[in-house]
Amino acid sequence: MSEFFANNGGLFFALLGAAFATFFAGIGSAIGVGKAGIAAAGVLSEDPSKFGKVLIFQLLPATQGIYGLLVAFLIMSNVGIIGEPVEITVLQGLLYFAAALPIAFSGLFSAIHQGNCSVAAIGTVAKKEDQMGKALILPAMVETYAILALLISILAIFGIAAM
Amino acid sequence: MAKTDYTYAVARIRFKETNLLSDSELEGLLSAKDAKEVVRVLKDKGWGDSSKDESYEQLISSEENKLWQFLSEIVPDKSVYAFLLVENDFHNLKVAVKAVTRDQKCDGMLLYNAVTKPELIVDAVSKREYDRLPDYLCGVCQDAMSTLLQTSDGQLCDIIIDKACLEYIYQLKKEADSDIVRLYCEQLVASSDIKIAVRCAKTKKSLDFIKRALAECDTLNVEKLALCASHGYDEIIEYLRETDYKSACDALESSLSAFEKWCDDRMTDVLRPQKWEPFSVGPVIGYIVAKLSEIKAVRMILSAKLNDLDSDVIRERLRKSYV
Repeated sequence: MSEFFANNGGLFFALLGAAFATFFAGIGSAIGVGKAGIAAAGVLSEDPSKFGKVLIFQLLPATQGIYGLLVAFLIMSNVGIIGEPVEITVLQGLLYFAAALPIAFSGLFSAIHQGNCSVAAIGTVAKKEDQMGKALILPAMVETYAILALLISILAIFGIAAM
Repeated sequence: MAKTDYTYAVARIRFKETNLLSDSELEGLLSAKDAKEVVRVLKDKGWGDSSKDESYEQLISSEENKLWQFLSEIVPDKSVYAFLLVENDFHNLKVAVKAVTRDQKCDGMLLYNAVTKPELIVDAVSKREYDRLPDYLCGVCQDAMSTLLQTSDGQLCDIIIDKACLEYIYQLKKEADSDIVRLYCEQLVASSDIKIAVRCAKTKKSLDFIKRALAECDTLNVEKLALCASHGYDEIIEYLRETDYKSACDALESSLSAFEKWCDDRMTDVLRPQKWEPFSVGPVIGYIVAKLSEIKAVRMILSAKLNDLDSDVIRERLRKSYV
């Protein structure tokens, strides 16, 4: 059993990391986009001409899911799940798992809160259409923290590959 | 239990809020040369049915119907805003009880924007099948019917039903999840108690009568208020100066309608921050109260124009705008 774990544990943890990145960031985006979509539908039922504007707000929380996908893709290509097979130690696997955590959790929470912020911004645009620019900046600020997490995850993955 | 999310409802309310009449628009209506001009401006704002030539009353009732229709679309659970409608149920009960005992018809006196269908109330009362009524109407209906049949005292019957209404609103307050609903219900019951106490003091009613009329609430000591009312109007004012309603004393000393305006303005001040809540029921309640207040203001303006009343008299009765 311990020999099996020593041979395959690295790959298992690396894949678990990729799964975390996709799973949690994806859940966050799904919740955020869903909430913003409900608010957008409410505005559209009163004023369909605002479709283009509210769609932008709905899509803002979708990016975390994409970041999670990107990190998962990088991990999978580095450990040989995609492309050439590579020998991965348990330590490397654990490190890849750790590298996925920033985008997994920061993605989850930032997408949910960005969705909430988008809902409020959609309300602003519904009332004051000319405030679109300002309303857009507010939920976009939340994106900063998802980008920071993505940056750390990517730097960690490249760092582990170079070790 | 998960809290209900009002995201969709609030998004629709956000747009509807833009159509509420602002202070300057109400001032514009007040400055209109006649009722026809008021109606024309309101129709441009989307009031009534543009394809029909409506009377003033039809215009207002169609706006009320539109409000409740809109609410049933965005918040299918009527119990959320039942506290705003139950007064109409109790009004319908009053009409039904009096019409049945006097063998009259209730046509034109029933209010259809209510929690319980008015036809059911009238039918249940006329057939003495009180069990068909919901719990909050069943007991009071029996009580009011037997009182009216035994004493023929319409005022006593009104008091029984009005008190039951206030007690039910107080019960809804206790059951409510939302702070804003609790606040609204509390103010509604307390302000009604104050108005009843003032009327009783002015008509020199007995302590027993006053106690029978006042309903329990949290911001007033009803026993003390009843006692003060039995001693006279000045005692009520003196007592109110010790309560949350001390700032209402000046308005109350001016007139009961000034006090009603004070209550509505206070509620508007409380509700106004709810405009920025994106997920809670607050903006829905805020919009309903604001729209009802707007309809009340338009009714006042139209009455003034139709009866050639001075604009200043109406202006001082206009409530603060929610928008």
